[in-house]
Amino acid sequence: MAKYGQNADAIAALVREAEVHRDVYVDPEIFELEMEHLFPNSWIYVGHASQLGKPGDFITANIGRQPVLASRHADGSIHVFYNRCPHKGVKIASEPCGNTGKFFRCPYHAWSFKTDGSLLAIPLKKGYEGTGFGDTQANEGLSKVRNVVIYRDFIFARLSDDGVSFEDYFGESLSTIDNMVDRSPEGKLAVQATPIRYMHTCNWKMLVENQTDTCHPMVAHESSAGTAVKVWKREQGDSTETPMAVQLYGPFMSPYEFYEQSGIRIWPNGHGHTGVANSIHSNYSDIEGYVGQMVAAYGEQRAHEILGEVRHNTVYFPNIMVKGAVQILRNFIPIAVDKTLVESWVYRLVGAPDKLYERALMYNRFINAPTSIVGHDDLEMYERAQEGLKSNGNQWVNLRRLYESHEEQDVTAVINGTSERQMRNQFHAWSKFMTMNMDKRVEAAE
Amino acid sequence: MIDEKAITDFIYLEAELLDTMQWQAWLDLFHPEGRYWMPLEWQQRDPVLQPSLMYEDLLLLKVRVERLAGERTFSQKPKSRCHHLLQAPRIVACDPTAGVYKARTSYIYTETRGDLLERYSGWASHEFVEVGDALKIKLKRVDLVNFDAPFGNIQLFM
Repeated sequence: MAKYGQNADAIAALVREAEVHRDVYVDPEIFELEMEHLFPNSWIYVGHASQLGKPGDFITANIGRQPVLASRHADGSIHVFYNRCPHKGVKIASEPCGNTGKFFRCPYHAWSFKTDGSLLAIPLKKGYEGTGFGDTQANEGLSKVRNVVIYRDFIFARLSDDGVSFEDYFGESLSTIDNMVDRSPEGKLAVQATPIRYMHTCNWKMLVENQTDTCHPMVAHESSAGTAVKVWKREQGDSTETPMAVQLYGPFMSPYEFYEQSGIRIWPNGHGHTGVANSIHSNYSDIEGYVGQMVAAYGEQRAHEILGEVRHNTVYFPNIMVKGAVQILRNFIPIAVDKTLVESWVYRLVGAPDKLYERALMYNRFINAPTSIVGHDDLEMYERAQEGLKSNGNQWVNLRRLYESHEEQDVTAVINGTSERQMRNQFHAWSKFMTMNMDKRVEAAE
Repeated sequence: MIDEKAITDFIYLEAELLDTMQWQAWLDLFHPEGRYWMPLEWQQRDPVLQPSLMYEDLLLLKVRVERLAGERTFSQKPKSRCHHLLQAPRIVACDPTAGVYKARTSYIYTETRGDLLERYSGWASHEFVEVGDALKIKLKRVDLVNFDAPFGNIQLFM
């Protein structure tokens, strides 16, 4: 029986000051409501403009349950549509990306559309004369997603007609994207690599929470990062140079004190990042020639400001994480209450040495691949949580680490790096965007 | 003198060592500069500037093997097991004078853990070097037919 549909109070009651009810992870009805409310009310990452290099290029994505399609039009503009033919609803594009030429053509009845979505032609057009077709929604072509913002080539969309504006939704948190883009001497990123895809049999929020959980690496990753450090110490012999691989694995084993001092910054609407003062990305070797390029492009002071920002994981609520220092974006795509597709994208810093790109690709396969031993450590924990939460012994998940009573919501603050406050911040946003349009709809029905 | 049978026997032996979890003996099959590569793109050419699922040298393979037996390796409680079903290897090159030995083998690989069983299909391409009288793996390349699919954990070796 439906417990939560149109019941904003029941949903809000799942999130307490420093606890959440297990239903947020295991209840299929809650998952469906997330698809219907949370995702459409939020700004969701669709893709990167570099994937749409020339007119006719397109990419497909999902926002919640809804398939969308983004394309580059002849005049260079980018448009986002619902990926359905206005005739019988057939998906227009079925591949993750491609080039459609001058127009999209529905494979069922050959209705065709310009790359800005407008209706180009219908076979046997005469059959519609005098039918009033001109007044239908179908005559407008592909339905547009109206709220689209392309921020420094990152394409975001919000499906709901009303809600929080892009600027108010992300605010200062966009500084992480800024920093990642600024790391290119030309101020430009490019997607060239296929994303690494990894299927997780757990709720999508477990992954998002894990991005700012700094008390698990030295425990869960002792098996992978810990073993890497141990084997290297034993095998290094006379070698004085630490291989890139060991530099990437090693910092995961940093002690609690390291993470405590690194700090977490929280922002309104559920965004936040680890690694304020320091991070696991701080001590990688310099790449030959890179700093010189940056200084030439930005000047001494600005170049060092950009490179001195070593943020670890930035969560953009609800479902992406950006890692500026190694140019990675992870997209946690919800499939079912206990199934999440993870796509991990690497951006190339345009104009920077190949070695930086090599390091980013290496990091991605070491940490984010289905063949990653670090990934194995994490997924094992999520799967065990998904199983364990079925227990009736205690129906609440505890998020009380470094909790202070009456914490302010929707504020910017820098806190101890081992705090669970960013998770509390996310659940406050979760509750807000889940129920945002719900009360209104109840009123309308009354 | 290495002949075609020696190459084929090597490939069958390698699969047997993996299936029986004789990890150290398997590592011993690699040349010190050997690599294990699983591409992520169609007909991939570059393991470094194109994305891969794995591209591991002997140090990283040792880390994996050592991890499998670790006391705190929770993703191996219970342990995974694997099975290789190989088609007869096709000898691509066997030239003792030039020291070039290559083979390509079509296979079905099964990895199981607990009650779960996952099946993968692909091709293994081996490149060998001769050290003393023995072959050593210079490169083992694993191309899955569905390299771009979203897999769950792949914990052992194909």
